[in-house]
Amino acid sequence: MADLKLDQIRKSYGAVDVLHGIDLDVKDGEFVVFVGPSGCGKSTLLRIIAGLEDITGGDLMIDGEVVNTKSPRDRGIAMVFQSYALYPHMTVYKNMAFGLKLDKQDKAAIDARVREAARILQLDQLLDRRPSELSGGQRQRVAIGRAIVRQPKVFLFDEPLSNLDAALRVQTRIEIAKLHQDLKSTIIYVTHDQVEAMTLADKIVVMNGGNVEQVGSPMQLYHHPETRFVAGFIGSPAMNFTNVTIDAVGQGQATVSVPGGMKSVLPFNVDQADIGKQVELGIRPEHLGLGDEGALTVSGLVDVVEKLGDSTYLYLKLANGDRVTVRAPGHSRVKIGETVTASAPAGAAHLFNDKGKAYQKVDCPAEFSAEE
Amino acid sequence: MSFANIRREDASRAVIVHAILLTYTLVALYPIFLVVINAFKTRKGIFRDPMGLPNAETFSLEGFTKVLAKSNFELFFYNSFTVTIVTIVIVLLLAAMTAWALSEYKFPGNTALALYLAIGIMVPIRLGSVSILNLIVDMGLVNTLTALVLVYVAQGLPLAIFILTEFMHQIPKDLKEAARCDGVGEFKIFFAIILPLIRPAVATVAVFTMIPIWNDLWFPLILAPGDGKQTITLGVQQFIGQYVTDWNAVLASLSLAIIPILILYLIFSRQLIRGLTSGAVK
Repeated sequence: MADLKLDQIRKSYGAVDVLHGIDLDVKDGEFVVFVGPSGCGKSTLLRIIAGLEDITGGDLMIDGEVVNTKSPRDRGIAMVFQSYALYPHMTVYKNMAFGLKLDKQDKAAIDARVREAARILQLDQLLDRRPSELSGGQRQRVAIGRAIVRQPKVFLFDEPLSNLDAALRVQTRIEIAKLHQDLKSTIIYVTHDQVEAMTLADKIVVMNGGNVEQVGSPMQLYHHPETRFVAGFIGSPAMNFTNVTIDAVGQGQATVSVPGGMKSVLPFNVDQADIGKQVELGIRPEHLGLGDEGALTVSGLVDVVEKLGDSTYLYLKLANGDRVTVRAPGHSRVKIGETVTASAPAGAAHLFNDKGKAYQKVDCPAEFSAEE
Repeated sequence: MSFANIRREDASRAVIVHAILLTYTLVALYPIFLVVINAFKTRKGIFRDPMGLPNAETFSLEGFTKVLAKSNFELFFYNSFTVTIVTIVIVLLLAAMTAWALSEYKFPGNTALALYLAIGIMVPIRLGSVSILNLIVDMGLVNTLTALVLVYVAQGLPLAIFILTEFMHQIPKDLKEAARCDGVGEFKIFFAIILPLIRPAVATVAVFTMIPIWNDLWFPLILAPGDGKQTITLGVQQFIGQYVTDWNAVLASLSLAIIPILILYLIFSRQLIRGLTSGAVK
């Protein structure tokens, strides 16, 4: 159990900078998820925390102590790999006990810890098997067990569910969530799957191109993305974006013209100087409803229909060529080729300037706010 | 094309492949077969019908009795065995450690060192016989098994390092990093994780190293020809004379010489199991 502090962590491979000064605080017992597209540096950052990569610049502190030059074993971390990385020639029991035996621990104590971990992970029946005799899910549980028995200060997970099939992934995700509740340990978890990030994290760190885009709780990221990148990355299907022009600015509101010539008044603090500028309007598919009751309306031709049972996704093509996704109820009878109108309340809108930064929303309705 | 056609093509290809391999096996095994059957024949039997199997008339163990009674066969045996085993152990240990260093650690001159060692595969060590002999004389090691072991280690190392380095490259990186996160030291990673995983490769290298040493005549002849230090191949030479060759004894001792190497081969080939790494990583 420990807190973790990253202070201006930088990493370069030769002339190529992959991390550009990362600052981050992880509190004791927090479940932090690094999420971002491939190549954003999230795995590199995790490996730096683990001690598997050197730090080019900045300080890494575990429990207030700078550990930049310490080896993985002295940092008190345990890591679970995407590929499980079990020792193939050892049984499940030996896999878990291997690290402890090297610490010259008492045999009975080791045994107790391994059996306790096996009990938590329901591996009791499998202790004498070898990794090759286990299924993917079981292997990943052994890998987690190997981390648990070491009672580390910080758990590190590197895309642990990526190799599992969809059903097993959901199940193992729930097990990891339960594990965190039971152990109350500090966990850092890397994934590219935003569903994992949303469901598991106390705090999500969205990374992009070697920088931290935004840090916040899942609901903060969902409702108050600070940048267009975060808005587009969090949420599935992705947020709809379209270019609009700011026509007028008032006290806590801005009038924009949306494609199709309509004007809408949106609750944002926008600078007078931005009048006439082109900005991006974002609305999530689940906030759009069929009909024209909302303040923001779009009409388009239905291109593709995806029926998921509980809901139906309609992919519209607008007159200006933009594409918009709408989540309609599962019983929707809309067919390909129809023209439909969809609308959303003004409070559901997000507005981003030309640099991708979000304008501040005022008087946010409860349903579109992270406040509880 | 239908599936039946594909299957027929596969079958005919399998027949051709097996025919070629069987022919080669016969060609390779026939001389050994001749050696063994003639070892059990009388001298007359060998000359009258060299290709025939021993029958009631020609069967005789005189070759074996001569070898076991009249020569220091046990001693030759012991010398060959000692040299081979000691060399294998040293070659495997040194080659595996070198291969681990070359494949796992980045240090200046890594590639240059690997290339330098690879030269040893291309240049036959016998080219250096004169210098080696001088060196051994200067070291005062003439007529010792140590001299042979030293030369054979030098002879075996380059190929062993090359093969093992390739195998070690195939070990998943995650496995080593998992071990490092587990707090396992570098030596322990090498001995407890890497070595068990490359056991098939180690067995292959052992076989490759062992056969030429066991069969070698050249270095025993120039480095340790003295009494009591002869290896089996050299020992057999005493039955081959300029005018008279005692074929019974030669063939009998050669037949006997096959046995230990066969046993060693069986031991190592049992280790040549594939799929040992399955289950380590997905």
